[in-house]
Amino acid sequence: MSLSARLSVVRPRFRLDVAFDVEPGQVLALLGPNGAGKTTALRALAGLTPLTNGQITLDGRSLDALPSERRPIGVVFQDYLLFPHLSALDNVAFGPRCHGVAKAEARRTAKVWLERVGLADHTAAKPRQLSGGQAQRVALARALAVEPRLLLLDEPLAALDAHTRLEIRSQLRRHLSDFGGATVLVTHDPLDAMVLADRLVVIEGGSVVQEGAPADVARRPRTEYVARLVGLNLYKGTATGRQVSVDGIDFHVNDEIDGPALIAFPPAAVALYRSRPDGSPRNLWQAHIEGIERHGDNIRVHLGGAIAVAADVTPAAVADLDLTPGQRIWASVKATETRAYPA
Amino acid sequence: MAADDVSRRSGLTRAPWVLLAPALLGMAFLVLPLAGLLVRAPWTTLPERLTAPHVLDALRLSLFTATVATAVSLLLGVPLAWLLARVSFPGRSLVRALVTIPLVLPPVVGGVALLLVLGRRGLVGQWLESAFGISLPFTTAGVVVAEAFVAMPFLVISVEGALRAADLRFEEAAATLGASRWTVFRRVTVPLVAPGIVAGAVLCWARALGEFGATITFAGNFPGRTQTMPLAVYLALETDPDSAIVLSLVLLVVSVVILASLRDRWVSAGSAA
Repeated sequence: MSLSARLSVVRPRFRLDVAFDVEPGQVLALLGPNGAGKTTALRALAGLTPLTNGQITLDGRSLDALPSERRPIGVVFQDYLLFPHLSALDNVAFGPRCHGVAKAEARRTAKVWLERVGLADHTAAKPRQLSGGQAQRVALARALAVEPRLLLLDEPLAALDAHTRLEIRSQLRRHLSDFGGATVLVTHDPLDAMVLADRLVVIEGGSVVQEGAPADVARRPRTEYVARLVGLNLYKGTATGRQVSVDGIDFHVNDEIDGPALIAFPPAAVALYRSRPDGSPRNLWQAHIEGIERHGDNIRVHLGGAIAVAADVTPAAVADLDLTPGQRIWASVKATETRAYPA
Repeated sequence: MAADDVSRRSGLTRAPWVLLAPALLGMAFLVLPLAGLLVRAPWTTLPERLTAPHVLDALRLSLFTATVATAVSLLLGVPLAWLLARVSFPGRSLVRALVTIPLVLPPVVGGVALLLVLGRRGLVGQWLESAFGISLPFTTAGVVVAEAFVAMPFLVISVEGALRAADLRFEEAAATLGASRWTVFRRVTVPLVAPGIVAGAVLCWARALGEFGATITFAGNFPGRTQTMPLAVYLALETDPDSAIVLSLVLLVVSVVILASLRDRWVSAGSAA
């Protein structure tokens, strides 16, 4: 009793080939950059984009041959697509009505759902009178009101401003945990994915590049894109024992590992020196500064050279070291701050 | 709006005479005849002329047939526009071109064509007569047919444009909520393109109201039965020019009212949507 999807969509300049399973009550996030094929995958699940190949099974029943209107799904679209000519109540009642529920009954159901998302006072409002956060909640209520077995959300928070986003994200999380069916969520925002999802599937260029629990993905990124999302430096190298060789630089690590390996460390773990430090700490290499920019409360220094590294230092350190772009510098990272794992 | 006016005015002062002169001449050419109609109108006898039985008959017949023709056009034209906008089938562009032919066809040719097909000896007319005892030419129903033939393309083009401009994703959203194609059309598509449908219907109605060539050819000129306002104007011009002016005034007023309502309510709203 779950969703099992093998999706293949082939277009002239694009190919999507992904497979994933979602258990009932579980939230799966499809995470990936723009153009990776996340939305195509979601549309294929919804029956809005035809599959070139593959199959979709929900609760043991094949959905492939069913048109959208016959699939037990609920979809929250990126810009919600609330029907502009209908009130919030009638938007939510639309689905039940289409499933043959009598008008009065459908409206009662809709009212309950609007109350559940905290919009009992806005039943009569037209979509253009709603704020972004309210519209998002109406869209969620509309999708849930048909009691779907599969809930699909396309960038559910992307259209919201930062403040509303925070609030809606936590509400959405609550509604998703109340929902008994499978949920597939598409997002390019790692935070949304980490907070809302039980499992991540990272898609790049139409294929799955990594999947796992959010914490695992965050700790052990497998691609440049994922590493950037979770804020880590990531390199491919070759490991022998407790040493990983990356483009001629040897990193000493705490993990015992052999063969092709990945090594990751946070920018804040990188220390910078104007001259070669005494006591020659391990994991030391020479680099030049390619750029300096603000990053939260700290300063992010982009280092070039044998490997490209992001280093976060305090504004005071920038002043002390008198860092300027183009300057040559020594950089090091502690073995305890690195994480190495098989590639 | 204020800024817009200023820029337009300053644009006018800089317009070269070589453009301005023909532009003003063109404007006068379009406006003066209408002004002439107002000047020559027999204002003192206007009320009794307006209420003369043959004028009222023609007016009533015109309003009735134009309205029925518009209803017929809506019933057939909206689905046709939907088909042209939403369903891709081989020869679609050809069908679109054929459907719009009545727009550019001289109406009298349309009347002749209708006679050939729906006349008593026409391809379809013969069958209608023998099977149902229905004869369209020279009847009020014939007037409706002639008007609908000429006016429906206006509706089809307007609605098709609105359908093409409408966001298809609303229909997708409806489908994911379990709506069948027909429910989507009825509850989402039509409300979304309502401004386009109304604009098309008004244009269609106005065109039907002014229809002359196809009507007189296909339905003839029988007072009270097929003599619509334009036909009455044409006939009155021979015998009673003042009466023709009065009838023309009525049509002019109707046109202006339609234009005003279209501009204010639907044309701008439709283009914004």
